[in-house]
Amino acid sequence: MIEIRRTFTHVEDIFHEFGPPPTTPLRRGAAAAVITNVFAGRYVEDIAPFMEELKPLGLELARRLLAALERPAGAIQGYGKAAVVGAAGELEHGALWHAPGGYGMREVLGWTEGDAALGAAAAGATVAGAAAAAADSAAGAQPGNALAIVSSTKKVGGPGTAIDVPLTHLNASYVRSHLDAIEVRVPGAPAADEVVYILVMSCGPRVHERLGGLRVEQIERWDGQK
Amino acid sequence: MIAAIRKLVVQVDETRRDMGRPVEPPTRRAVAMAVIANPFAGQYAENLDTLISIGEELGQLLGAKCVAALGISPEAAHSYGKAAIVGEGGELEHAAAILHPKMGATLRREVSKGAALVPSAKKMGGLGTAIDVPLGHKDAAFVRSHFDAIEARVADAPRRDEIVVAIAVTDSGRPHPRVGGLQVHEIQGKDGLR
Repeated sequence: MIEIRRTFTHVEDIFHEFGPPPTTPLRRGAAAAVITNVFAGRYVEDIAPFMEELKPLGLELARRLLAALERPAGAIQGYGKAAVVGAAGELEHGALWHAPGGYGMREVLGWTEGDAALGAAAAGATVAGAAAAAADSAAGAQPGNALAIVSSTKKVGGPGTAIDVPLTHLNASYVRSHLDAIEVRVPGAPAADEVVYILVMSCGPRVHERLGGLRVEQIERWDGQK
Repeated sequence: MIAAIRKLVVQVDETRRDMGRPVEPPTRRAVAMAVIANPFAGQYAENLDTLISIGEELGQLLGAKCVAALGISPEAAHSYGKAAIVGEGGELEHAAAILHPKMGATLRREVSKGAALVPSAKKMGGLGTAIDVPLGHKDAAFVRSHFDAIEARVADAPRRDEIVVAIAVTDSGRPHPRVGGLQVHEIQGKDGLR
């Protein structure tokens, strides 16, 4: 059971960036947890089992972030994740966050194991039981939510280190309007023996997006990419 | 709204453990920041009334944002503070105009009571400049357990012609206060000091 030392939430409303203000301001946010790095100060070969212990944290942070954003799960359009490891740890301790942070957030946003099978089917693999869903997919219907990989950054840093957390559309990574990043920084953390695990979400595209590319309404494959 | 707001940022910082000891209940601090256009950037203006009015409306807006983010009733607020970072095209007096004449009154309505001075800080700065917003108990400035500060910073502000305005509200003091002084249960709440 991991122990959370501190939590930090950040919500921002962007009204404009010197261009025409959108009807609804862009709301984005981050939730971070500061926890003790149980592997700090030494090399531990077998750290992977710790991912299981981090699972509840992924779910909790995702729910906390949704609450802070004051938006239903269906309003979330983009997401990302990150980790900042304190000085007595190594980058690999940040990598522990990939599965529990990513899948935790996707689960809270509506992703299910069935979507994984579907994704495989859509990608051309032969997965038993996913054929019907794949047929839906071929018809262009959205088969699930939070289908895209959760993009991420990680680094080793001292207290107050800032990290730019990438944001991509949650159903199709190539949607250009939603390629973005949000800076997250927890003053005073991480200490040398701590890790800051971070989840971020956005409720829309960049505030003045106008560079074309794949549009949200053009998502067809539903394979998490396009 | 007189203020032309480009961006609003609200953060909540909750400490559950410190020095290996549980903090019960956890200390919770909120800071709300507005990035606004500085109407007097690039010019010397003798009369700063516009900024004074902006301070009045931001006292309400940012105070309410903090209380809402903490999920508390106004009566449950413990301490508060305010600060401003002026972009290079402005001057320190612009921060003073926002913070001092009228912001306190509207902020106090959002937290209920508030006999004590709202401690403040101000500086000139560029994009991503951080400012430590001082915190003091809202009903009695001498309450030692609540002397604290919280950092406010907006990564892409202030630009030259902008001002970052911050208000912080807490529902608690420091995590493990133990340096004596006036205690919360000793507050009289009348003269702003005790």
